[in-house]
Amino acid sequence: MPKKINLPLQETDLMALKAGDRVLLSGVVYTARDAAHKRMIEQKKEGIPFPIDLTNQVIYYVGPTPAKPGMVIGSAGPTTSGRMDLYTPRLLEAGLKGMIGKGYRSEEVKQAMIKHKAVYFGAVGGAAALIARSIKSSEVIAYEDLGTEAIRKLTIENFPVFVINDAHGGDVYQEGVAQYKS
Amino acid sequence: MKKIHYENIVEQVAEICKKSNYNLGEDVYSAFKLALQTEQSEIGKEVISQLIENADIAKAEQVPMCQDTGTAVFIVEVGQDCHIVGGSLVDAINEGVKKGYGEGYLRNSIIYNPLNRKNTGDNTPAIVHIDLVEGDNITIHMTAKGGGAENMSDLKMLKPSDGIEGVKKYILSIVKEAGPNACPPLVVGIGIGGNFERCAYLAKKSLFRPLGVRHEDPVVAELEEELMSEINRLGIGPQGMGGNTTALDVKVEVESCHIAALPVAVNLNCHASRHQTITLT
Ligand code: SF4
Repeated sequence: MPKKINLPLQETDLMALKAGDRVLLSGVVYTARDAAHKRMIEQKKEGIPFPIDLTNQVIYYVGPTPAKPGMVIGSAGPTTSGRMDLYTPRLLEAGLKGMIGKGYRSEEVKQAMIKHKAVYFGAVGGAAALIARSIKSSEVIAYEDLGTEAIRKLTIENFPVFVINDAHGGDVYQEGVAQYKS
Repeated sequence: MKKIHYENIVEQVAEICKKSNYNLGEDVYSAFKLALQTEQSEIGKEVISQLIENADIAKAEQVPMCQDTGTAVFIVEVGQDCHIVGGSLVDAINEGVKKGYGEGYLRNSIIYNPLNRKNTGDNTPAIVHIDLVEGDNITIHMTAKGGGAENMSDLKMLKPSDGIEGVKKYILSIVKEAGPNACPPLVVGIGIGGNFERCAYLAKKSLFRPLGVRHEDPVVAELEEELMSEINRLGIGPQGMGGNTTALDVKVEVESCHIAALPVAVNLNCHASRHQTITLT
């Protein structure tokens, strides 16, 4: 049975998660992908604060399709997280507690996740129409000029994910593959 | 001489762009159903169930199955006896892509220049390969190719002495390296032979063959089967979280090459293996 977790992430919930757990997330997440990450970090260097308070928040790596009339959002599955690796440790330092994406993270990111107590969730890559059903509202809150790559605030309900990397160093990509290799 | 009108091409291309993104092919859908029976991992089964449900929703609501609605890639077989009137074939295809992606609420993922990265805003230009063939029909094969799997693809000029074992070893290493990033379960497209650019094209072309259809040459078909079982023993599984369904299918195309060469290309495709074919007569 999947665990149900409400966002923002509470430390007790977060520390109890283990790689391979099925989780249904509810609450608020923020979207950001390559261009938004790049801008956040570059602006920070110039002394401009992040456009959102990252404390205990979760970022979803997604660039949705345009919403059809009457729909909250278009199809919205995860993009490859590794492209954000360069920027992620800075965001974890600023209080980010969770990320939703797909694919490998770098060693630096995994170490930073242990250090700052954070978790990396995987949503099913390509299950974008299904995932969109658990998104109840969507609002662009920063970098509107980036189009599909703008930062959006999403309200989600029972959003289906798996824990890929937990805050204790567990990694389902390594453990799962080792188990089924023959 | 048969005339094929520019407008007709535009309309039909727009239609297949939408269709390919909304309606997962029967071939892939049946492969999901089969994988649900044979997958051993519980997580893997859950992933496949989500993919089946996702395909059902996309079809019922006519929305894209994946938010990455891809680069529009075409292989067009043009009969040498037909005449295209009203404009050029490539312009017609691009106009069709623009129309289909716009009307279909598909994502625009193409940029003008890889170095300055500004979006073209209409998902063009498409990538168009033209094959001149006998006859007077035009057959258009289209795929919406996702970026995640394309990024994990690779090409290598092996040495003839590497032989078939070297070829297999290389292919397995690419699938392994791709792991979860290419959105497994995968369709693995392989080109062997030709030269540098031809080999990559062969790998891409192999992905247009429907799942479950083996190569007509029994020797190549056997290689496909062997690779399929070896890939599925890697343990990567659905979404890379472990399991015995890493590839839904493996496709190989082989062509002649230089005595000094053994080019091999691996073009990975994710489970969102979206292909459509139409013939304009
Ligand atoms: S690799 Fe395929 S399934 Fe995964 S996000 Fe890209 S297009 Fe979608």
